[in-house]
Amino acid sequence: MKALVAGGAVALVLLVALPAVLSSYQLSLLTKMLIFGIFAMSLDLLLGYAGLPSLGHAAYFGVAAYTVGLLALRVANNFWIDFPAGLLMAAGMSALFGLFALRTRGSYFLMITLALGQVLWGIAFGWRSLTGGDDGLPSVPRPRLPLPWSLTDGVPFYYFVLFFFALAVGALAVIASSPFGRALVGIRESERRMEVLGYDVWRYKYVAFILAGLFAGLAGTLFVYFNGFVSPSYLNIVFSASALLMVILGGAGTLLGPALGAAVIVGLENFISGYMERWVLVLGVIYVLVTLFAPSGLVGLARQRMRSSGS
Amino acid sequence: MTALEVHALSHSFGGLTALADVSLAVAPGERLAIIGPNGAGKTTLFNIVTGIFRPSAGRVRLFGRDVTRLPTHHRAQLGLARTFQISTLFPRLTVLESVLLAVQGLDPARFVLYRRRAAYGRLLERAESLLAEWGLADRAHQVTRQLSYGEQRQVELILALAGAPKVLLLDEPTAGLSPAETASVAEMIRRFSRDTTILLIEHDMDVALDLVDRVTVLFQGRVLAEGSKDEVRRDPKVAAIYFGTDDA
Repeated sequence: MKALVAGGAVALVLLVALPAVLSSYQLSLLTKMLIFGIFAMSLDLLLGYAGLPSLGHAAYFGVAAYTVGLLALRVANNFWIDFPAGLLMAAGMSALFGLFALRTRGSYFLMITLALGQVLWGIAFGWRSLTGGDDGLPSVPRPRLPLPWSLTDGVPFYYFVLFFFALAVGALAVIASSPFGRALVGIRESERRMEVLGYDVWRYKYVAFILAGLFAGLAGTLFVYFNGFVSPSYLNIVFSASALLMVILGGAGTLLGPALGAAVIVGLENFISGYMERWVLVLGVIYVLVTLFAPSGLVGLARQRMRSSGS
Repeated sequence: MTALEVHALSHSFGGLTALADVSLAVAPGERLAIIGPNGAGKTTLFNIVTGIFRPSAGRVRLFGRDVTRLPTHHRAQLGLARTFQISTLFPRLTVLESVLLAVQGLDPARFVLYRRRAAYGRLLERAESLLAEWGLADRAHQVTRQLSYGEQRQVELILALAGAPKVLLLDEPTAGLSPAETASVAEMIRRFSRDTTILLIEHDMDVALDLVDRVTVLFQGRVLAEGSKDEVRRDPKVAAIYFGTDDA
C-alpha cells in the first residue's frame, strides 16, 4: 500500500514535469494516453471490480463526445454548459442502458451491451443532418476558460487534462476502497452469497454501471476537446473492444493498471500505424498473448515478480 | 410468537413436485433439525425461506411478518442468515476480507462510496473478533480457496454468524468432512448463542439429533413425522425410510 502511494506520487511528479522535456507531438500523445486512461479505468470499475464485461463501453464515451461537439458547434462554446451536459448525457445513457443490460449475466451481458452500443453507433452513422454521419463532427473548438493560458496551446491543455485525470484517479480510488467498492468485489466473486449477506446486489451493479458511464463520459468530453473531431468510430465495437483490451492488458481490478494499459495501447497504435495499416490485427495478437501469458495483466506480472524476488 | 413459520408451502420444478403442503413453526431460540433422504426437499425449503425461490403456494413468516414476497437481501436485513451445502464462499478473497464483507452487509455504511472502508474501524474490529472467537485468526490473511475443506466450512459458519442473525439456516454443515472435522464443526454449532434460532439440515442422524431440540422429517416433499428426538427415533415410518423395514 505504501509502495503504491509512493509510486503514485512519483508518477504524478513525472506527469507534471514531462511537458518541459517533450516535443509538442509527444505531449499530444501523452495527453491522449491520459484521456484513454480515464476511459480504461472507468471500464475497470465494471469489469475488474463488479465482474461485468461490457462490450459497449464506447457508447458513453461517444455520447459525451457528440453532446459536447454538437453543443459547442451548434449552440454555444460554453464550457460550463457543454461539459456538464456531456457528463449528464453519458450518465443518463448508462442509467437507461443499465436497466436492460443488468437483467443479464456473463456472455449475455456482453452481447446486450454490444447491441445497445451499436444502436448509438447506428444513430450517429445514419442521422447525417445531426451528426454528419460517417464524416463526423469536424472542428470542434476547445473550451475558453477564464485562465491566463489558452487551451488551444498544447501545454495548458495537457495540464487541463492532467487535472481531470488526477481527479478521476482520486475519485475512483476512493470508490474502489469504499464499502461500496469492496461490495462490488464480493459481487464479482459470488452474487448469491452477497444477497444472503444482505446486499441489494442489483442496486450495487446499477450504481457501478452509471458511475462507469459517467467517467467514460468524462473521457469522451476531454477527447472531443483534444481531438477537435468525433466520428462514429468512437461509438463502435472496435473502440469498446480496445478499451477492454486496455483493461485486461494493464490488469483488471487494479485501477491504475488499465491506465497503464491504455498508455501502452495508444503508444503502440501510434508507433505501428506509422508502418502498417493492419493495426487491428496487432491488437488481436496482443490480446491472445496477454490472455495466454499474463492473464492478470502487466500489474499482475509486476506483482508476481515482486513476490518471487521478495521471498 | 414464532421465529419462523412456513405455512402450506408447495413448490415444483417443471412437473416435478419438490415440496407439497409443508408447514412448520420454530419458536425463538429453538433448534430444529430437518432430516430426510436425498430429494426430500430440504434444500428447496431453505431456498424458499431465504427467498432464492418463490414458492408455488404457501407463506413464509419471520417473527410474524409475511416475507413470502421479500427479496433475499431484505430478509437478511431482518436477521435471517444461512449457510450453503455447496460452498459459495469468495474463493479469491482472503478470509478477513470475506468476513469483512459479511460484517459490512448489515452495517449502515454498506452503501457508502465516498469514504474508504478503512475509516470504519468498527467493521475491522468486529471481523477480527469473530475470527479470534472461532479460532481462525491465524488464517485471516490466507486466500479462502487455499484453506482446507474443513476450514472452509468454518469460514462458511462465521460468515453466517457475522450479522448476529436471529434465525440461522444450516444446510449440511458437516457434509464431506472427516469424523474429526465433523466433531469440531458440531462443537462450533453447539457454542452458538442460544438466542439464535437454528434450523439444521443434516444427513447424519447422529450428528443432527445431538445438536437439536426437535426434529422434522421430510420425505418426498412432505412432512413425514415431527416431534421430539425420541418420538422421531421411535417412529416406525422414519425407521422404514432410514432402515428399509419390510412394511415400508
